[in-house]
Amino acid sequence: MAYDKFTTLTSPAVPLPIENVDTDQIIPARFLKAVERKGFGDNLFRDWRYDKSNQPIADFPLNQAKYSGKILVGGKNFGSGSSREHAAWAIYDYGFRVVVSSFFADIFQGNALNNGILPVVVSPEFLEKIFMAIEADQNTLFEVDLENQKFTICGTGESVGFSINPYKKHCLTNGLDDIDYLISMKEEIAAFEK
Amino acid sequence: METKTLFDKIWDAHVVKEVEGGPSVLYIDQHLIHEVTSPVAFLGLEKRGAKVLRPEKTVATPDHNVPTINQHLSIKDELSRNQVEMLKKNCATHGIVYHGLGSEGHGVVHIIGPEMGITQPGMTIVCGDSHTSTHGAFGAIAFGIGTSEVEMVLASQCIMQPKPRKMLIAVNGKLNKGVTAKDIALYVIAQISTSGGTGHFIEFAGSAIESLTMEGRMTLCNMSIECGARGGMIAPDQTTFDYVKGRQFAPKGEDWVKKLAYWKTLKSDADAVFDTVYEFDAANIEPMITFGTNPGMGIGISQNVPDSNKLTGSDKLTYEKSLKYMGYTEGDKMVGKKIDYVFVGSCTNGRIEDFRSFTAFVKGKKKANNVTAWIVPGSRAVEKQIIAEGLVEILNAAGFELRQPGCSACLAMNDDKIPEGKYSVSTSNRNFEGRQGPGARTLLASPLTAAAAAVTGKITDPREFL
Repeated sequence: MAYDKFTTLTSPAVPLPIENVDTDQIIPARFLKAVERKGFGDNLFRDWRYDKSNQPIADFPLNQAKYSGKILVGGKNFGSGSSREHAAWAIYDYGFRVVVSSFFADIFQGNALNNGILPVVVSPEFLEKIFMAIEADQNTLFEVDLENQKFTICGTGESVGFSINPYKKHCLTNGLDDIDYLISMKEEIAAFEK
Repeated sequence: METKTLFDKIWDAHVVKEVEGGPSVLYIDQHLIHEVTSPVAFLGLEKRGAKVLRPEKTVATPDHNVPTINQHLSIKDELSRNQVEMLKKNCATHGIVYHGLGSEGHGVVHIIGPEMGITQPGMTIVCGDSHTSTHGAFGAIAFGIGTSEVEMVLASQCIMQPKPRKMLIAVNGKLNKGVTAKDIALYVIAQISTSGGTGHFIEFAGSAIESLTMEGRMTLCNMSIECGARGGMIAPDQTTFDYVKGRQFAPKGEDWVKKLAYWKTLKSDADAVFDTVYEFDAANIEPMITFGTNPGMGIGISQNVPDSNKLTGSDKLTYEKSLKYMGYTEGDKMVGKKIDYVFVGSCTNGRIEDFRSFTAFVKGKKKANNVTAWIVPGSRAVEKQIIAEGLVEILNAAGFELRQPGCSACLAMNDDKIPEGKYSVSTSNRNFEGRQGPGARTLLASPLTAAAAAVTGKITDPREFL
């Protein structure tokens, strides 16, 4: 799936200080019935965002005008549960390009990377600092520098390194996906089959 | 000589190429697809002008979205029907075997693979579904993938994966009365948490694991994703070989002899090194039930809802949010709490053994009046077996009806939704908020514990009746 190249991003962040945010919350199963990839952002966090009568739930961060930006900051073990890539599509479609947590579930992390979303893992202590920085000032900016693998709280200048697989970094930086690469390996795959 | 784990042996035999600074290109022996996570992959394939490289290595069935009554009629929900029809069409276009609704081979994808003998030891198996870990019960590397990866496998029969770390979970000793594979799974997850297995592939071993039937082993491996692991596996043994032998796609004749000899080598070397090791005593496990909104929030059924005194910060907030959703209070006794629904089925507990266990318990008893029960076989083959063994008469006499196969109330994509605020004792795998329908409250348990709840109308320790 084509996505925009990722190099650096400077943006405020939306806080979601909840742990074990599972993919059923990110996008409930009843919204997985599409056969095309579009419009999933509308149902991102559907049941936390809207009540039974489809009215926005005021205290949910995505409904609070004071929060904005392309960075979502979640509690530990973000993206657990189902393998639905729709979760990554919903996050991307809503407009997020970076998700920060102290810990990601494996399948979600892979799906995010395959869809141009950068998962940034920081220490639990640094995660707490990010939440505190947003609480102090919702407009505070964060810089995500993929090239140098650095995440910075702009207001305080505090910065932390994050790791990413070099191949995946190359893919994100150039907007490439694995599928073309694998298709180009046709002969090696045929040789392996023998 | 370098020692290897069971996982290493299978993984190493499937690496096509190591990408510098990147993941391995892993060859996939068997790909399973269903209607929900495959359509966008086929679209992607078409956009690239690519073909399915090895259509004979993919098998398809619609399971997530299908009704569990009146399957002979057209699916009422337009979006569900469209997804199912799209799968059928994509399979026809690309020459993939499709087990449609109502056909002999239809069922939940993780139920039909093993029962047809498609799932075999030593294989790499993937599916766009996290519970693909089920197939690890046969000593296979099996794990769930996203839709981009489904497209990769369709296009190249390969996937790009970093090699996970290895975890050994040994459960030794004799299981207590009333304790099943489901209880082992819920116990292990409660012990190591829903993220304890992240980054790892688990091998389950020990005498309690060896004593399990294949159905039990599938239940346990199925739930390995719920502790965050990529998958779980169990070394194949005589129980495995006896199960596979004679099934439709199992090797036959000389091929069987050859494969069997290879399968017998599939075990971790005696001094193989694991990155993480846990050991548990089977004697400590009692029938389990969950009280919160993730599968790690499980306790022995005789226990009370734990208090949050030791938790701080977001841990405490998350815990409190969870109990509020469930309508429970710290210190509550689980036994005796009223329930509204019972769901028996899913890729976790939708096999014949699960229905035998449930039926044996309810035989001669009556379903409680306050309980709505959905008894959903995992496949057509399971449904036919239930009928052939005369279980359906016992179920009917006790006030239960047998439905038709599908994922059903496990994720409530079809009409089998638990209403808001209602309590459901469910043999499925996830108790997330809204998993069984918006506002539904799920209590995960074994078929035995579900049976005890179904006849008493409240959470009940099944051991009282055994």
